[in-house]
Amino acid sequence: MKPAPVAYARPTSLTEALELLAGTPDAKVLAGGQSLVPLLNMRLAAPTLLVDINRLPGLDHVMAAPDGVHVGALARHSAVLADAAARRTQPLLADALSHVAHATIRNRGTTVGSIVHADAAAEMPAVLAVLDGHVEVASVRGRRRIEARDLVVGPLQSSLEHDEVALEACFPALDARAGTAFTEISRRQGDYALCGVAAVVMLDEDGAVASARCGYLAVHETPAVVDLPALVGARGPLGDDVVTAASDLALGVLDVEGDIHGTAAYRRHLVRVLTARALRTAYDDAATRTTTRTTAPTPTTGGTA
Amino acid sequence: MSTTSTDQAAEPTYDVRLVVNGTPHEVRLPARRLLSDALRHDLGLTGTHVGCEHGVCGACTVLLDGAPARSCLVLAVSADGAEVTTVEGLTEDDGTPQGRLGPVQQAFVDCHGLQCGFCTPGFLTTITAGLRDNPDPTHDEAREMVAGNLCRCTGYQNIVKAVERAADLAGRGRPDGDDARPADGGAA
Repeated sequence: MKPAPVAYARPTSLTEALELLAGTPDAKVLAGGQSLVPLLNMRLAAPTLLVDINRLPGLDHVMAAPDGVHVGALARHSAVLADAAARRTQPLLADALSHVAHATIRNRGTTVGSIVHADAAAEMPAVLAVLDGHVEVASVRGRRRIEARDLVVGPLQSSLEHDEVALEACFPALDARAGTAFTEISRRQGDYALCGVAAVVMLDEDGAVASARCGYLAVHETPAVVDLPALVGARGPLGDDVVTAASDLALGVLDVEGDIHGTAAYRRHLVRVLTARALRTAYDDAATRTTTRTTAPTPTTGGTA
Repeated sequence: MSTTSTDQAAEPTYDVRLVVNGTPHEVRLPARRLLSDALRHDLGLTGTHVGCEHGVCGACTVLLDGAPARSCLVLAVSADGAEVTTVEGLTEDDGTPQGRLGPVQQAFVDCHGLQCGFCTPGFLTTITAGLRDNPDPTHDEAREMVAGNLCRCTGYQNIVKAVERAADLAGRGRPDGDDARPADGGAA
């Protein structure tokens, strides 16, 4: 339970960090370390060089802009969770972050690090995916943008090249007439979920569902996003037939596997229960926001503070 | 930070400066040295206990620049320049060499919040920071405060009572503090 010998570098500029990564094919980027250090301790990872990016300037921002919440590579989960403007701009972010491990881990772990760690059982990759967000990455070859749907290519495998470092994740702002929900079941609070669902429901001008989608964690080998046309036109309270049709759609897409923590049958059961719960909560959230927006005496910011 | 490698086979080591419980230390460590091991082996501060070594149990929790962190999930070299508070730093100065128990420590004694004591240092550091952020927690908030720490002896009830007792003890030192709750935490 001790890491293997490893060299260490703590660059103070991005250029220096990118050159180090380019020059060492099996280098790993160290940010919060709450996913990487356990892998090092168990020797599931044994890079020859750790490039510690904690002293790079200008990467710890949590910025709520009209287009969404921009989270820098060194922003800790706890800072993102505590940011009121970020919560207003995209409430799903804080809803899901409160399920990420425990406060002690969130103090150190970074949101961007969790995303590029690409764990299908983690909350943040699924949230970024269901929101159609993206990640900005850099290497000595330049910068590029990776859409969330192209980010996770397999278990713990992201589409970042070995010499690339993620600089920022962007979580798009909550749309007008949209509502969100996040729910998960874990064996103990703070554990990895057996199944988690992030839902986004958008209403039309008459209050019926215009579109609905769910992001799933821990029930597929990658974070899975399922569009749910079965819900279009439905009105609240959402009936059992509607949410059952939605979870049928999801189970048709998800490749649910069992493990020591829960059988595949139990996890499929959780997909049904949590899909229904998340969709109903997201619908109610959208309905409440829409009502508030129409009847409030002073105009609200529409979640784009 | 500087690097030395005396020969090719030797593992490189790095200068690391840590201020632990107010005392500055300079040590030379390989990059793979965990902060938990640096505290225990290199600085001799064995109050920080190492349980699972992968961030699950919480026994090794220390305050890193004031915030609770798993010292088994931090490389000591990455904490270079940080201020660290361990369980040894939670006692208060009363003029005696050993000092006086801090409010959280005293609450654990009062409420029988420990049995074997292995997990206790992690609880004490976590609760110390937790009460600083939330000096008057509800019962649910007290439970949430210790949710990331495992204890296999107590069944947690007395630890939660100790959180509430510590809030009362610390509250006596505050102008708006009250000491209405009894030693059982008043949770019944």
